[in-house]
Amino acid sequence: MQRFIFLTLDGLSHGAVYAAFALAIVLIHRSTRVVNFAQGAIAVASAYVGYSVAAGSGSYWLGFIAALLSGVIFGALIERVVMRPVEQGPPLNPVIVALGLVLVIQAILGMIYGNDFKPLPTPFSRTAWTIGGVAVLSPYDLFVFGAVLTLMVGLALLFSRTKAGLRMRASAFAPEVSRLLGVNVGRMLTLGWALAAAAGALAALLVIPTELGLNPNAMDLVFVSAFTAAVVGGIDSPAGAVIGGLGVGLVLSYVTGYSSSDVTPIAVLILLVAVLLLRPGGLFTSTRIRQV
Amino acid sequence: MFTLLRNFLITAGAGIVLFGLTYAVEPFRDYQLATVAAYLCATAGLTVLIGLNGQVSLGHGALMAVGAYTVALVQNAFADANHYAQWTIVVSLLLGIVAALVAGVVIGLAAARLRGPYLAGVTLAVAVVVPAFATVFSGTFKGDQGLSVAVPPPPEALGLDFPVERWQAWLALIAALLVMLLLANLAGSRYGRMFRAVRDNEVAARLAGIHVARTQVLAFVVSAACAGLAGGMFAILSQSVSPSAFSLTLSLYLLLAVVLGGLGSLAGAVWGAVALVLLPELLSSLTNAMDLSPAAAQRLEGNLPLAIFGLTLIVVMIGAPSGIQGAINRLTRRIRKPQESRLTKGGATT
Amino acid sequence: MTHAMNRVLKRSLALACSLALATAVAACGGGGSNGNNSGGGSQNVPGVTDTEVIVGSHQPLTGPAAPGYSKIAPATKAYFDYVNAHGGVNGRKITYKYLDDGYNPSNTQQVVRQLVLQDKVFAILNGLGTPTHSGVLEFLKSNRVPDLFVASGALAWNQPTKYPYTFGYQPNYTVESKVLATYVKQNFAGQKVCFLGQNDDFGRDGLSGVEKVLGATGLAAKDTYVPTNTNVAPQIGKFKAAACTVVMLDTVPGFTALVLGTAAKLAYKPQWVVSSVGADYRTLAARLGAAGTPLLEGLIGAGYLPAVDDDSNPWTQLFKKINSDAKGPEFDGNVMYGFSVGYLFVQALQKAGKNLTRQGIVDAIEAGGFKGPGIVPLQYSKDNHSGYGGVQIAKISGGKQLPIGAVFTTDDGDGAITEYKEAPAVPTADGIPAA
Repeated sequence: MQRFIFLTLDGLSHGAVYAAFALAIVLIHRSTRVVNFAQGAIAVASAYVGYSVAAGSGSYWLGFIAALLSGVIFGALIERVVMRPVEQGPPLNPVIVALGLVLVIQAILGMIYGNDFKPLPTPFSRTAWTIGGVAVLSPYDLFVFGAVLTLMVGLALLFSRTKAGLRMRASAFAPEVSRLLGVNVGRMLTLGWALAAAAGALAALLVIPTELGLNPNAMDLVFVSAFTAAVVGGIDSPAGAVIGGLGVGLVLSYVTGYSSSDVTPIAVLILLVAVLLLRPGGLFTSTRIRQV
Repeated sequence: MFTLLRNFLITAGAGIVLFGLTYAVEPFRDYQLATVAAYLCATAGLTVLIGLNGQVSLGHGALMAVGAYTVALVQNAFADANHYAQWTIVVSLLLGIVAALVAGVVIGLAAARLRGPYLAGVTLAVAVVVPAFATVFSGTFKGDQGLSVAVPPPPEALGLDFPVERWQAWLALIAALLVMLLLANLAGSRYGRMFRAVRDNEVAARLAGIHVARTQVLAFVVSAACAGLAGGMFAILSQSVSPSAFSLTLSLYLLLAVVLGGLGSLAGAVWGAVALVLLPELLSSLTNAMDLSPAAAQRLEGNLPLAIFGLTLIVVMIGAPSGIQGAINRLTRRIRKPQESRLTKGGATT
Repeated sequence: MTHAMNRVLKRSLALACSLALATAVAACGGGGSNGNNSGGGSQNVPGVTDTEVIVGSHQPLTGPAAPGYSKIAPATKAYFDYVNAHGGVNGRKITYKYLDDGYNPSNTQQVVRQLVLQDKVFAILNGLGTPTHSGVLEFLKSNRVPDLFVASGALAWNQPTKYPYTFGYQPNYTVESKVLATYVKQNFAGQKVCFLGQNDDFGRDGLSGVEKVLGATGLAAKDTYVPTNTNVAPQIGKFKAAACTVVMLDTVPGFTALVLGTAAKLAYKPQWVVSSVGADYRTLAARLGAAGTPLLEGLIGAGYLPAVDDDSNPWTQLFKKINSDAKGPEFDGNVMYGFSVGYLFVQALQKAGKNLTRQGIVDAIEAGGFKGPGIVPLQYSKDNHSGYGGVQIAKISGGKQLPIGAVFTTDDGDGAITEYKEAPAVPTADGIPAA
């Protein structure tokens, strides 16, 4: 039982990060119909900016803010300059451009910072509190949950309560009509990418300290897990992204804990196939076409 | 019938020229030629799947791994039983193709109902999982370390001085030419038309009496068999198999190659395979030619070629979205029919 | 009919273009081979002229294995540059061409073939990685290329009958873990011991060494990790639940740091005993950062080269000086390793003599008797291609990693662990081996 509690909480804390990242993927897919394969690389680049600022200024929080801001800037820049020309054409081309971007970003980071692992600091201790001898959460885990929750609530409020959110949803759902109604669709797309990149930067800041360290390839595997989570939840559903992220985190934790770490990718594949066989559009999809 | 004969003649002609080429170049280039031919098996199958049938697969590296490991195990079994003849290679490759076929059926059936990013997600998971199989069943597959593959040396009839690399090039070229012939015929046949019909409009295809799920699975299985042959060929060329040789990166590179070369076109698959082998070497020699201080060299070496590779992809995708073959087509069209393009203003493009 | 004709034309054009490209490549290749023909000199030995000897290597300069390991080859090159500045070996300057394989075996195939077939190197030196290098053994054997001082502790490099041109370098994983386990048995008797190893030959060979000494039931718990899954909390949780007070690790540096950090998170503080592969103090401290470095105090590791922190050791002084003169990176265990390999290769070149051939250098190494920076002896002989045959225990205290106790040698079978008492060699005044 103790082990179960430990594995559950461990899985949830990793899952929260996957949820944040999956949200970023869903955000971009909803607005531009593009699966952003460069999400991880952009997040790492933002994390490096945060690392430099934190190391230079000595303050974690300054680095944190710098990372999120740079995420916004990178996301907006990339959408405007690199992705805009290919968004309209064949659907595979943005994927290729994104993959090319991954190579470029990771190579440039390697050239500037080197390929070594750099330690990312954490603002709170990672030593877990114990209840009755069982290690439960640490202050850092609570920070992770809090940050991801703030992100989700923030995005939900943005989309449902603000005018900008309404415009963004309209641009994604019906671009022509929105243009007719005076919405600058292009600017909304850029805004969507900027927000998603900031979410990705947050996820990177949260997860990298728990892994091997900051290096250009740090988010590759997180991207795969988060993409799986997004697909499981339904790639157009933010709620699905969150549930999917938490689910993937739990599955990975249980499988590593009860079986062995080799089997975890297979478990994820089985989860994915099982969900998609039952609901080909993911868990929270809404049926678009009914075929009689 | 005319199509079949024509394809056969083109293949035979290309074959003769290429075999002559293997004599003209030095062993290292022969090895590169062999590598290009092996990649071509995979890219040709993948371009048919994505370009003609519209299913995106991010997991073809995994299917190559299935073929490769099968060939490795069979070849090693033959070597243990002291069979060193050339026919062992044919048997291993056939078994590799069968194994990849089976994997293709399984994945294809699971994926038949999925579209777009969902299909991409499943194939991505497959690409990540297959290396994990090697570690889980590390008794047979020896985990991350991989297996070495016992390959019989070139037949003695060719002479003792015959370079191994030329023999490898011959094997790979035969495989590639067979694959190209098969796929060219398939693309021009009724099945090819069914693939395109489902890609363009699923509902219309169903109304026309095409069984959509079966078509999807068939396309997937054909491309899987080609990938299995490619993987098996790699096992023979490099005489070793390991999970990291068939990682997610390989699957993504196959995708890049196919789109870069020109989606849906077999000639594009050739360009893609050539790019996969020549581009990294070209870029490495570019970086080596620059005179750098050791500290700078350590940072740039390895990274600069990747950066240029990525940049090339981005530029080509933005500038020439239909890839290399698409650009060639546009050029030749302009050369061949300057008058027609004036007549058909705003003209239809094929 | 026009449509079919279009297709014929298109395909012929594509074919013509491919042929043109191929011919261009051939022309390049033909021209290239003439340009690269460095097989001059009287014997026409590949990679050897009267003024130069070219060696190649495959190294992970990028990718997940790059951190730390990417410093090794530049350090070796720095030593070669130093020797070249003093006239080289037998009048020949050493050119070291190392290419990036990203720790991916299929890339290793390409770059090694490029080095051997196109650049026509004399030998392959210090190829790094077990999965990467095991794939090129056959190729190097059939081309009769000396395959010297492989950078890996696997047992596969010590097969003189099967691979007569291949030589290992560092102590293999079984040797090392036998010595470490003996230290545990003697100093932590009666305590519960757990083992975590990488899920490949590194972890397996290490485990076999531990179990040879502690017995098949000597471990309270054992587990493995894969480098692709960075969540080691389940394994560490298992060790904590088994109440192990000593934990042995056969982990690469990134995962050593990860394990230590995870254990701290779980408030679990056993005695750590770590393989030399993943125990270098500087590398670990860089990973853990300022906050995590205190976790390294008391860590037991093993080494076979002079300690980086031991500034009284003449080898450390020598290599640190050459490194700082060459404006190299921060000196750590990897840089020490690179210099030591370079030193050994120069010794081998000298012994092979002015009349340098491939068979000559193989014979020279098999003759053995090299004395260099290693604190344990090298075991090269006609029947033994393995390299260093033992280790010395080292401990981190007060932020320094220094050797403690005696030097021990053993084999990878059931041989006993014996103490090695010979005094270490001292470098010459200019740091270049005496001919």
